[in-house]
Amino acid sequence: MELLNALALFANFVVVPATAYGAQLALGALGVTLIFGVLRFANFSHGELMSFGTMVTILATWFLQGQGIGIAPLPTALLALPVGIAVTVLMALATDRFVFRFYRRKRASPIVFAIVSVGVMFFLAGLIRIVIGPDDQSFADGARFIITAREFRELTGLKEGIALKQTQMFTLVIAVAVVAALFWFLQNTRAGKAMRAYSDNEDLALLSGINPERVVMIAWIITATLATVAGTLYGLDKTYKPFIFLQILLPIFAATIVGGIGQPVGAILGGFVVAYSEVMVTYAYKKLLAYLGPEGWAPEGLVQLLSTDYKFAVSFIILVVVLLIRPTGIVRGKVL
Amino acid sequence: MSFLSATKMTGGYGGADIIFDCDIEVEKGEIAVVVGPNGAGKSTAMKAIFGMLDLREGSVKLDGDDITHMAPQDRVRIGMGFVPQTRNVFVSLSVEENLEMGAFIRDDDIRESKEQVFELFPVLKDKRNQLAGELSGGQRQQVAVARALMTNPTLLMLDEPTAGVSPIVMDELFDRILVIAETGIAILMVEQNARHALEIADRGFVLVQGGNRYTDSGQALLANDEVRRSFLGG
Repeated sequence: MELLNALALFANFVVVPATAYGAQLALGALGVTLIFGVLRFANFSHGELMSFGTMVTILATWFLQGQGIGIAPLPTALLALPVGIAVTVLMALATDRFVFRFYRRKRASPIVFAIVSVGVMFFLAGLIRIVIGPDDQSFADGARFIITAREFRELTGLKEGIALKQTQMFTLVIAVAVVAALFWFLQNTRAGKAMRAYSDNEDLALLSGINPERVVMIAWIITATLATVAGTLYGLDKTYKPFIFLQILLPIFAATIVGGIGQPVGAILGGFVVAYSEVMVTYAYKKLLAYLGPEGWAPEGLVQLLSTDYKFAVSFIILVVVLLIRPTGIVRGKVL
Repeated sequence: MSFLSATKMTGGYGGADIIFDCDIEVEKGEIAVVVGPNGAGKSTAMKAIFGMLDLREGSVKLDGDDITHMAPQDRVRIGMGFVPQTRNVFVSLSVEENLEMGAFIRDDDIRESKEQVFELFPVLKDKRNQLAGELSGGQRQQVAVARALMTNPTLLMLDEPTAGVSPIVMDELFDRILVIAETGIAILMVEQNARHALEIADRGFVLVQGGNRYTDSGQALLANDEVRRSFLGG
């Protein structure tokens, strides 16, 4: 019984939130890795692209809510998501057309591209502040929980409950669906194979008659879609904070590099590695150890390795360690 | 005029010229080989023919059409296939996907071409689902040639196809190249193994310091004492 309680406790405070967070990071890292694979630069504007997509989705959600349209008990944001995706795709294509293409024609080096993407990042961040403001926005509606901790306790008779938020469930289901669709596209379609070929060997792709501008366009469309989905799921799960998207770049980049740059499978693995590390290192194990230890005993301190304030330090440490020990990442990718 | 005729090519990579007044010609169904010492501009001449460097002077004509200023991608569409010396396969794609990428510009049914290529290189059929990066050097070269063949070229250009492969694999590759030529495709290749390549060549071009030194049939060049002494090691 004690063991089951410990497991429930661990699932509730570590497995469930880390899995949801990992899925969000994985979606974000997929976008970064895809742009790196095709355009060969680290896209710092990816976080703000996620933010932009979320913002448009929120605006569309508000519009739908104002019209009284909803899909309760599901969150209205899911209905608004396609609008967010469409507008974000247009935005990504516009930044490519007016900014990145110029440097592509000049055959600028990857570091120039990375700096240019920082510029795009600030531009998008400014635009977001103008449109929706710098404040937090909560836009989740519909049923909050699939199962609450109390319901779980009553159902199982355990002392510890596992709460499962609806948004966490969606995060996982949608992430799995999006990733499956992406992999299917990359493995089975002509455009997807051309994209992999272009990422693998640009010169040979040209010699095979693959049109680079088309590959780049498809890469941006997919990236913008992934960014919007990731941002919206993150916003639904927590709340939408425009400022968080600068910070979230760090775990996303860490996930990309840990997994292996330019490797979609790696991005997913990396997302979960970073998310689980962050949650597990900042979790206070006192209660868990009390369950597992002898009857009536409990550790004196919180048994927390790091305060939650330092959670971003975890990604940073992972990043540095991976770069030092295995720069190619888990799935052998390109080295920066 | 020949099927491919590159005349008086002069140019380089932006700095000093590397090739001077260089002429290269190939007929359909013929094998032309470009040989010469290191730094003679063999690969540069190939790249010039494929449009990968700007010519200051001279012209390139394919089947009578002037293509001197055509972009390399567009040359693929008019029937020029190119096998680079290095990085000539998509290592993270399967053998079959490599072939499909070769046929990317085609909208017609590629199954027949695929079968023909598999007939030419039977080992690739067995390894069709394996990643090209996992193959041996010789098999990789076969994938590289096969990928280029999938574009249905009328002219196939090979930049040192036997670089880094064993003598047995080299014989096999030359043998395959002969078969390809028999189907009526014009073949132009740069070769490090000059003696061997000239044996199968209908036409040989000996380049020295960016210009033509000797041009003759492969057999005649092999029989030429001066060529043998200077370039074929006696």
